[in-house]
Amino acid sequence: MRREPPQRLADYGPLAFPAVMLVVFFVIPFGTMIAVSFFKRQQGGFYTPDFVFDNYARFISLFFGKVLGFSLMLAITVAICCVVLGIPFTYLLTRMGRKAQVLWLVALLSVLSLSEVIIGFAWSTLFSRTAGITNLLVILGLMQEAMPLSPSFGAVLTGMVYQALPYTILILYPALVRLDPTLTEAARTLGASPVKAFFTVVVPALRNTVIATLIMVFIFALGSYLLPQILGRPQHWTLSVLITDQAVYQSNMPFAAAMAVFLVLVTLGMVGLTVLVGRKGEAA
Amino acid sequence: MSGLVLNTVTKQFGSFTAVDNVQLSVPHGTFVCMLGPSGCGKTTLLRMIAGLDTPTSGAIVLDDADITATPTHKRDLGMVFQSLALFPHLTVGENIAYPLRIRGAAKEAQKKRIDELLAMIHLTGYADRPVTKLSGGQRQRVAIARALAISPKLFLLDEPLSALDAKLREAMQVELRQLQQQLGITTIVVTHDQREAMTMADTVVVMNGGRIRQAASPIEIYRRPADRFVADFIGSTNLLDIEADSAGRAVVLGQAVEGIALPEGLSKATISVRPEDVHLTAPGAGALTGKVTFIRDLGGTIETFIDLSGTQVVAVSTPRERPAVNVGQAVGVRLTPDVCVVLKQ
Repeated sequence: MRREPPQRLADYGPLAFPAVMLVVFFVIPFGTMIAVSFFKRQQGGFYTPDFVFDNYARFISLFFGKVLGFSLMLAITVAICCVVLGIPFTYLLTRMGRKAQVLWLVALLSVLSLSEVIIGFAWSTLFSRTAGITNLLVILGLMQEAMPLSPSFGAVLTGMVYQALPYTILILYPALVRLDPTLTEAARTLGASPVKAFFTVVVPALRNTVIATLIMVFIFALGSYLLPQILGRPQHWTLSVLITDQAVYQSNMPFAAAMAVFLVLVTLGMVGLTVLVGRKGEAA
Repeated sequence: MSGLVLNTVTKQFGSFTAVDNVQLSVPHGTFVCMLGPSGCGKTTLLRMIAGLDTPTSGAIVLDDADITATPTHKRDLGMVFQSLALFPHLTVGENIAYPLRIRGAAKEAQKKRIDELLAMIHLTGYADRPVTKLSGGQRQRVAIARALAISPKLFLLDEPLSALDAKLREAMQVELRQLQQQLGITTIVVTHDQREAMTMADTVVVMNGGRIRQAASPIEIYRRPADRFVADFIGSTNLLDIEADSAGRAVVLGQAVEGIALPEGLSKATISVRPEDVHLTAPGAGALTGKVTFIRDLGGTIETFIDLSGTQVVAVSTPRERPAVNVGQAVGVRLTPDVCVVLKQ
């Protein structure tokens, strides 16, 4: 359908409300943060307006570089784990009966109602030596004695995947429901085994959705700051943890703001790169 | 026997019997149309031949080999779906080459085959276009080319032309039939469009309620329907009750008709007369008499609706051969025995 472009200024009226909301709740706070990131910190106090690059300069160090690298690596790993687990699960889910689908979706939504703190402590209990799942393995005779699984990288990863998986499935679900089931049937009649059909038809047909899901989970995981602290060691702390630490405990707002701005820029860069790679794949 | 044999194939979904004890043999190289109203089991039967559904009982035999338990991807068939099911992420060429790629054919061989097939469907030069940019008729052809890429033993089509507009559909019917004759491939088409079936098929299989009602050549189905359902479903027809009088003669609407015999041992039956076989005459003189209730003048043909003491009969004639009658006028209807098909009730 073709529509006329807006002719008069008044035609842009419907945009006013979202524009105001965006400015008040996004542009102003974000602008403030950018401004603060250039302010000068008062030792032992708050900060004074200024225009210095000290905060950014302090950030450029091996330590923060490592933390940033780890944060990105963790977020990417979480995103990939979620998609790898989410696609087959959602694919099978869409092929279940109506009732079973509703039951599963309600269960997944109920996971979303849990707070990050509860998820963190639940998993740290499950991974503990005294009450954890290793005790079960001992009872089953698969293990000699119970051992703690947390704090560790695996524990952080598990907790974050657990938290992000419902979102992943909720994004993938509509796309997979809409996917014409005759596509896989057609692939089978053309000589592809069911597994081959899944990888040559279902996955490629969902490429845009998969890219969108990767980006969303990546950003979601990048902002996580509680789970790494509950389930990880200090070397598993993400940049978000350090930002929180600087802002809340060290009262170094300018430095926290600078780190946050940097994180946003890196995130945008990563998202842009993903979209670009996706485009290229489409052209090939 | 070379070809496809369905041996007492039955498919049940729960307590519902979708396909009921179907027996059919399709010789190699024949074009079969399975025709029937929706829910008659024709699509289920096709899906069982493709291996997408498994028969509850019975066997499917292809070229003397029982393929009932063979998974779909090992049956070497080509199938065109109602939705076409072209892969949206692939180009025209990649779609057509998919069955070759899956079987690990060399890139060069794939390219050669794509060119051959594109030439066959008159889409030379379209290989690199995305399938989403094609028109309905072009998409249809690509789906057909993809199904034929490996030169399959069986070519199956599920309502392949239903998404096309009427004119394109008619053209594609002819094209599909010519293609099939050129390739000599055993083809089974499911359709609910009897015109489509009449145009393309060597054998029309009329189904209803999961059973085959009649399997014969199109013209035989039309001229000699096996039962009331087939007569009514294929084309339009006039169904009249027929009874035997005390002398054993056949009586239609109170008028004895010479030359028609009731089936042995039955005192009641139905006769089917095609509208083009109903001849209008002057009232009286050994004909049934009725009143004209409606006239549909379509230019090339005229349909005259006649009320024969409560039973409606439609006569189709060309303007030249039809006597001038108007609505409300009395008219004679002559039934000649050679055009009446007697059906058991």
